[in-house]
Amino acid sequence: MLHVQQVSGGYDQVAYVQDVSFHVKKGEVLGILGPNGSGKSTMLKLISGALPLTAGTVLLENQPLKSYAPKELAKKLAVLPQLHANTFTHTVREVVSLGRYPHQRGFFSSWSDDDEQAVVQAMTQTNVLQYAEEEMAFLSGGEQQRVFVAQALAQRADVLFLDEPTNHLDIAHQRQLLDMVRSEAKMRGLTVVSIFHDMNLAALYCDRLLLMEKGRVRMIGEPHEVLVDAQIEQVYNVDVVTRPHPKEAKPQVTILPSVSLTKQAAVTCAHIEVTEEAITLQSPLPLRVLSSAVYNAGLGWYETIMNRSVAPTYDITNVRAEFAAFIRHRGAVPTNTVGMMTALTTDYAVIREFQTEAGSMIVMVTAGVGKALDVSKTYSRSSDYAIGTINTWVIINAQLTDEAFVQAMMTATEAKVKALQIEEVHDAMSNTIATGTATDSILIAATQQGKQHNYAGTVSQLGKWLGHAVVETTVEAIQRYKQLKGRTQ
Amino acid sequence: MSKKYALAYTIAIISLIVSMWFGIAVGSVSIPLEVLWNPAANETAANILWQIRLPRVLLAALVGASLAIAGAAFQGLLKNPLADPYTLGISSGASVGAVATIFFGLSVPFLGLFTLPVFSMVGAVATMFLVMSFAKLVDRTMKMETLILTGIIFSSFLGSMISLMIALTGEELRQIMGWLLGSVSMRGWPYVQMIVPFVVVGSFILWWNRRELNAMLYGEERAQYLGVNVKRSKLQVLIGGSMLTGAAVAVSGTIGFVGLVVPHMTRMLWGADHNHLLPLSLLHGATLLIICDLVSRTIIAPTELPIGVITSFVGAPVFAYIFFKQRRKKGGIA
Repeated sequence: MLHVQQVSGGYDQVAYVQDVSFHVKKGEVLGILGPNGSGKSTMLKLISGALPLTAGTVLLENQPLKSYAPKELAKKLAVLPQLHANTFTHTVREVVSLGRYPHQRGFFSSWSDDDEQAVVQAMTQTNVLQYAEEEMAFLSGGEQQRVFVAQALAQRADVLFLDEPTNHLDIAHQRQLLDMVRSEAKMRGLTVVSIFHDMNLAALYCDRLLLMEKGRVRMIGEPHEVLVDAQIEQVYNVDVVTRPHPKEAKPQVTILPSVSLTKQAAVTCAHIEVTEEAITLQSPLPLRVLSSAVYNAGLGWYETIMNRSVAPTYDITNVRAEFAAFIRHRGAVPTNTVGMMTALTTDYAVIREFQTEAGSMIVMVTAGVGKALDVSKTYSRSSDYAIGTINTWVIINAQLTDEAFVQAMMTATEAKVKALQIEEVHDAMSNTIATGTATDSILIAATQQGKQHNYAGTVSQLGKWLGHAVVETTVEAIQRYKQLKGRTQ
Repeated sequence: MSKKYALAYTIAIISLIVSMWFGIAVGSVSIPLEVLWNPAANETAANILWQIRLPRVLLAALVGASLAIAGAAFQGLLKNPLADPYTLGISSGASVGAVATIFFGLSVPFLGLFTLPVFSMVGAVATMFLVMSFAKLVDRTMKMETLILTGIIFSSFLGSMISLMIALTGEELRQIMGWLLGSVSMRGWPYVQMIVPFVVVGSFILWWNRRELNAMLYGEERAQYLGVNVKRSKLQVLIGGSMLTGAAVAVSGTIGFVGLVVPHMTRMLWGADHNHLLPLSLLHGATLLIICDLVSRTIIAPTELPIGVITSFVGAPVFAYIFFKQRRKKGGIA
């Protein structure tokens, strides 16, 4: 559809944009990225014919751009430049109707049904129909932007160039606009080239991205090829981390601030408070947490960690709201808290602090092993298990990579299984050594300060000590369980 | 929406007809309307009507129409609310031609009385070409800013030439000043005939570019993306507007205010769509100048005031009122 071949050009004979080549297929959405002053807008002006080329060619449907008469070109190519203020104001309908200019001929060219339909449809798609008779001057920046998008759509061109179309728009309208552009591309085969400021939006909505640097193409490819940490860091001179979008198979870039607001601190046993209701760790700094907890499971940053004791009769149906209320009642903030539950009272808990060469760590275990199970036997049983719980926390004063977090989970789990073996906890039904209970929960937390650990497997420095600490603590917790149960029975 | 414009045109046409009727009927001799179709009833009145009042009213209407539509087009083209037909310096060129004619007492034999308007027209055309070529020399694409600045340069320069001639003039000063302040009196049919072709052709050229003017309000780049041949349209609007301005100044002198304010009033009342803005400005401009001319010759009769004094005197309060009402109304909505 659009072939750009070795295009160079700029203002006043200075070819700031140099040797740009790419092509866009029909129905494709291409996003243009690049730092301020990298030549994005200039390039768009070159390939839309607003600025003269000093070298190269632009082919639109295999014909040079220059060979089109102005009106013919406007029927094929609609361009939405950045929003500019203007002095005299038309009504919204008049502005959108201007998009039909290339389709009108002759002196008295009447307004056809096609024209009217295109205008109304464009206003509907951009959600500005309700302002149709309002004057532009009385609309907000975002509403004006949508009106100009409607104008470009009313042109009914095959190719659409956009220059930061989501400027001035809130996220609801950003999504609406880009969803609409995307579906026009898909349903009608609209070909789109759009400059983006926000690379995450670009990644979400574009088939391919073109990254510009100092007037040249640095990289063109699918979002995962372009949004690569090292490349973005070089081009933008900013530290970033790329992570997958939680729902879409697209990368998302996160900025790393060069000034961190987190203070230096360490977590110790002194930060843990044990009451009848719960064991609560109130950390002096946010902890990066990976857990299978009841409340706020998964990966995140939290300052409060709770292991809550509930009665065996606790009603699980509305657990999220109920737990949030409990967290507030304890004086913590639900969005900043990870919460586990156990049927054991808090005096069953064993909390140990270990000073190791891998960094100091705290391990907390409550081991309700009364209903322990052997993982190799459970497949043949029905699903209604009696509840028992081994809850394990490992809080590490060190920096862990994501791999280290996952390996720490593995190492801690192996250590727990070993502790059950040492204490000869049996699965009552099969009478074999148990490996855990039905609802065990585990939490790995790190301060992300101090020593850096890339791995936490069983032979790594962190893994060795973590395994040791978890085995020791779990064994002691099992012993305490036996002791306390023995006394009550 | 079309209802709005039907109302707009009805009001504009009725007010034009009413003002024309007043312009014809009212004066030192009041003229009964029946002489229009029955000249025999009052021959003196019929004579005044056909030989003095009607050409005068028509000339006022044509000059007002020319200045207003040219002003509307220039304001749109230059995207500048302060632009008027005189911004580009064409009127100064016309004035230099006219003042020089008076100053040097020129009279070309076969032109006779028309020496002045013809020289004035020549001044206007020459200035138009000079301004445009200079603007093009400065900046190949003739950006609007370049045009405005070039216009200001030429206006000041030509203005100084007029001042020089005024300074060197002895007893003829009154005549020059009278011409500069503008008048449509005692011109007769030949002047009407002279301006008509310019009004027709100029207005047609501007109206031909009405959609392009709408698009160019959003900037030349945007207009180009919409498929407008910006260079061609710009040139056409400049030539059309200059023709109208030059012709108006040549027959009546520099009458201020009409070209600036009528387009604004029309825009406030009926919106900025050039499709309607141009014809409505034309009608309103004609009406306003007829009324101003009527006032200028009746307010302290038998002395006649220069019409340029009256346009501002009548126009400014009217504009102020509309401006006030509109801002209040819109302030209320927002």
